[in-house]
Amino acid sequence: MKYSAEEIAEVINMLTHEDLDIRSVTLSINTLFAVSDVPERTLEKLSLLRPVLSRFSEVVNSVQDKLGVNIVTRRVAVSPVQYFLEPYPDVKYAVKLGGFLDSLATDTGIDYIGGFSAYADRGIGRGTQVMLEGLAETMNSTSRLSGMLNAASTQEGLNVDAVKLFTAQLLKMSPHASSRVAIMANSPQDSPFVPSAHHGRGMPNSSINIAVSGPGVVAGAIRRARPTTFQELYEVIKKASFKVTRLGELVGRVVSEELGVPMGSVDLSLAPSPKVGDSVAEIIEAMGISRVGGHGSLTALAILMDAVKKGGSMATNLVGGLSSAFIPVSEDSIMAMRMREGYLELNDLLAMSAVCNSGIDMVGVPRDEGPEKIAALILDVLSLGLMLNKIVGVRVIPVEGKPGEEMDLGGLLGKVVVAKMKDVDSSQFTSRNGFIPTPVKRLELG
Amino acid sequence: METAVVVVIGADKPGIVAGISSKLAEKNVNIVDISQTVLRGIFSMIMIVDLDTGHVSVGQLREELQRRGKELGVEVLVFHGEVFKFMERI
Repeated sequence: MKYSAEEIAEVINMLTHEDLDIRSVTLSINTLFAVSDVPERTLEKLSLLRPVLSRFSEVVNSVQDKLGVNIVTRRVAVSPVQYFLEPYPDVKYAVKLGGFLDSLATDTGIDYIGGFSAYADRGIGRGTQVMLEGLAETMNSTSRLSGMLNAASTQEGLNVDAVKLFTAQLLKMSPHASSRVAIMANSPQDSPFVPSAHHGRGMPNSSINIAVSGPGVVAGAIRRARPTTFQELYEVIKKASFKVTRLGELVGRVVSEELGVPMGSVDLSLAPSPKVGDSVAEIIEAMGISRVGGHGSLTALAILMDAVKKGGSMATNLVGGLSSAFIPVSEDSIMAMRMREGYLELNDLLAMSAVCNSGIDMVGVPRDEGPEKIAALILDVLSLGLMLNKIVGVRVIPVEGKPGEEMDLGGLLGKVVVAKMKDVDSSQFTSRNGFIPTPVKRLELG
Repeated sequence: METAVVVVIGADKPGIVAGISSKLAEKNVNIVDISQTVLRGIFSMIMIVDLDTGHVSVGQLREELQRRGKELGVEVLVFHGEVFKFMERI
């Protein structure tokens, strides 16, 4: 096949200068074969995964070498631990199980293992209860394990009791531990991103799910094309997004073929990283909002989201995960800078969540603000998911710090900026127990 | 045909094409397309090579060519042809 020099130069430029890479290749695997009422038996059966994970890790390395494309992380998504804890609901066992999964990842060269997770949209089952009670201890004693609590869904409601239990645990976590947990609404079953990754219901026994990166490609394309109409702007983003997603589809297909595991889905999300030139906020600013957070940011993000979906969906056989524009503050150097400078506040992020699926992600909150206020913030995000039938999540990092200060978590996690929370007491509101019933949108489904 | 795209960039001087292509010949890798220019003293070359004839993997070829590039004082990038097919063709 012949290519013009311009075509080759374009691809090379994306891969070398615009930081286009594969954020993650995620092996999603059904681990329910190991469920047992004898904890030792479960761990023994889970050990059978060791050679599978090692082989997966090797295959991803060889595909990276073959294609010449950087694959940043190798991840594994396992069945939610809530099911493992049902027949033996014990907090100590929950902690032990989490530690075992963590060591499985460390031993086999896996960067993250996702699935210390549970669903509690309307009520808290036995397994979920002990998973939640052991969440802080588990996360504080691990380094590669990630977990998610789905506390709301448009079909089931929003479980305020679960939000409060989660928040109490969150406040006992170290910043590193809290960066590996999220609370969500309408969690997808096939996310390749942590902390949402877990092997969801109704999935085949195993599949390969892909997360792409590449905000630099979209920002670069906008800067070069200088579109004068909104239609042209759409077109530029759609084309760039197609190419970014296409690379994910290729890597997924090659890994799937070499590993003998079916290809799952590609998450269209443009994941940023703290590196300069790998920022979603930079795209918004390249569109002409001089500082993200300024008026017009929501429209710019809405255009970006919609165009990314339209361009990206044509590049893959199956769209999955969150497929959104991620705006994790610490992981995006420009988002973090604008928050420090005061252009971005929590309510701006909340508004942005209405047009993208990110929610409030990787934002520091002062630990001394207390559980009621943090739970109220989480409820605000999850309510958007509940009412709009959207995937959203919250990953806040409680830190000992004042608003505007920052804490460096290192690597992909970046520098967490402490956000200012409203100086308003909402505790009377959140003191109620129970769950918020399903919204009118539920009735559209039957 | 399994192909790779080889890109060479650096300050122009005699022997760059010979240095890279002799390494390809050594590995029995056939050049199927080549374009080369010098702009303001900067040498740039794009080659499409056929991996089927060679006895080397893309990873090994990349390593060998980058070692040769270092000796020549130029930067060498090697990507699998599928990357370009997926991203530039529908």
